[in-house]
Amino acid sequence: MSRPRRENRSSLVTRLTLAPYSLWAMLFILVPLVFVAYYAFTDNNMHFTFDNIAKFFNATSVITADDGSTQTVHTYMVIFWRSVKLAVISTIVCLIIGYPIAYIIARAQPRAQKMIITLIMIPMWMNFLIRTYAWMTILQDKGLLNNLFAALGLGRAKIIGTESAVVIGMVYDYLPYMILPIYSIMAKMDDRLLEAAHDLGCNSISTLRRVVFPLSLPGVVSGVTMVLIPSISTFYISQKLGNGKFFLIGDAIEGQYVANNLHFAAAIAFILMVILLIAMALMKRYTDSRVQGGV
Amino acid sequence: MDKNKKIIELKNISKSYDGNKVLDDIHLYIYGNEFLTLLGPSGCGKTTTLRIIGGFETPDTGDVMFLGDRINDVPAHKRNVNTVFQRYALFPHLNVFDNVAFPLREKKVPRGEIEEKVTEMLRLVKLTGFEKRNVTRLSGGQQQRVAIARALVSHPQVLLLDEPLGALDLKLRKDMQQELKNIQKATGITFVFVTHDQEEALSMSDTIVVMSEGRIQQIGTPTDIYNEPKNAFVADFIGESNIVDGIMREDFRVTFSGHTFECVDKGFGKNEAVDVVVRPEDVDIVPREKGMLQGTVTSVTFMGVHYEIIVDINGFKWMIQTTDYCAEGSEIGLFIEPDAIHIMKKSEYSGMFGDYSSFSMELDELSDAESEEDE
Repeated sequence: MSRPRRENRSSLVTRLTLAPYSLWAMLFILVPLVFVAYYAFTDNNMHFTFDNIAKFFNATSVITADDGSTQTVHTYMVIFWRSVKLAVISTIVCLIIGYPIAYIIARAQPRAQKMIITLIMIPMWMNFLIRTYAWMTILQDKGLLNNLFAALGLGRAKIIGTESAVVIGMVYDYLPYMILPIYSIMAKMDDRLLEAAHDLGCNSISTLRRVVFPLSLPGVVSGVTMVLIPSISTFYISQKLGNGKFFLIGDAIEGQYVANNLHFAAAIAFILMVILLIAMALMKRYTDSRVQGGV
Repeated sequence: MDKNKKIIELKNISKSYDGNKVLDDIHLYIYGNEFLTLLGPSGCGKTTTLRIIGGFETPDTGDVMFLGDRINDVPAHKRNVNTVFQRYALFPHLNVFDNVAFPLREKKVPRGEIEEKVTEMLRLVKLTGFEKRNVTRLSGGQQQRVAIARALVSHPQVLLLDEPLGALDLKLRKDMQQELKNIQKATGITFVFVTHDQEEALSMSDTIVVMSEGRIQQIGTPTDIYNEPKNAFVADFIGESNIVDGIMREDFRVTFSGHTFECVDKGFGKNEAVDVVVRPEDVDIVPREKGMLQGTVTSVTFMGVHYEIIVDINGFKWMIQTTDYCAEGSEIGLFIEPDAIHIMKKSEYSGMFGDYSSFSMELDELSDAESEEDE
């Protein structure tokens, strides 16, 4: 008889102890999201409207090309696809650089592992604005890199103000988020599996391809997610390293907010959120089917 | 494969880790179609020997020969030798079929042939119908079978098994011992099996290599090893033995425990100090006055088939296995036939084993459980 009552009481206790956290989550996660949605679908008089959403898809502007010809484009579509393009390129570059680094760290001596991980983490302790400014001095027309090129007799290169500069900035900022999840999966991998692969006829490359890579996929997925999502919505990097020429969706949100167009800023943020959620759901579905019996 | 053909030769193999000598001048021949067991307590170097043959370790000195060719520097994936690992090391991202097909795909074997060979292997290990199963959801025994099938599917000349039955419960272990033996006979592939379990070694092997402290103590058939142990270590490690100090008076006459016995050994020096082994089951209990030796029963344990009796003879405790009940505290006589006495030369292990004064079954089991964990 006493059992169900005790269960009730314990669940009440559980709920009470969780209450501060639930409240915190409500106040700082759920409520802001509701506000974003609310602002996205209202006008300045707080009347319900689809106008902000429609504006995102319909707003046009006229671009003048170098030869003087003009072209009308959907402003935010262009910005959105540019953001996606740069984010995808950055993510791919992060993966190409980060995967081998993660593999090398995971195969290193335990002491070396700790040291390299610390080295990778140290830049993350600095504010990303400062890191971005540091890259400005490096990439400038008369910056460190160009001086180095000149000293080597290679001639100066135009880097700052190009899409490459933006990608470099993003890759630098988000690379640790690619390395760490892949490393943590690889470090947990059983050495005997690699020995088994060698034993069964695989050389190092095919061991990597047939055993290490498939087993590290969960790490790759979380690394890609952790780089792709923030780099799609990134701002400031493009303003500083791209000389403001490559307006990204994050910059658009910031710009509208600064210009006090809260409702339209909220609409862009809302649309971006929905698109990212759909993308993540698709990715999870795909990897769940690939990574069966995985870690 | 020819029974008399040497497949693998280990010559003067030594190996150290951080100054610890793990293998000390190992010489070993492994023949075709042979079930060879490396037997020894944990830390004796048996697993290291196996890993050297598999290509996962390189010896500091000495040569590993494969069909007459030196293979010290041949990497594991180019050796015609496969391994069944201690914890199976199945690929968790592949199902049963793909695990077994793994080495064939590496060799670019045509699809149809892969299907055929994998099916045949799964039949051999009795896992037909498990093709699509997730290996992480199989029982220990089933995972074991997948590991064996995967190691055998490309028909290696030698299969290395690293304590493969260690993680299985007793009943399954017994079944798998039998089955491994059958698979070995059916395929004709040489098996090199590592274990610390002497019963397992005796029941499965054609040849047993007893190792201790990085050295080979004895190589022989199970009956040789049991009946003619070379030193006190082997006598103690394989089965139960009473090992006492003796003096070889002349050929066929030995004195120990204050009595001179007839025996069947010869070729020792006159009055040479020797170790004498008497197996507990070879001692007959007779009335005190008729015995060659006399002693007091200090403990009696009922073991099912027989009683295990500890007898104090002049302060040395003997173990005797008998079907006749003797009460604790009773005075009995011991009668030992000449062929029950085995004489060994003195070795560094003399005096270390074979006295049952501190004998305890519990301690025995504890040390067994410990040694399964490591390596």
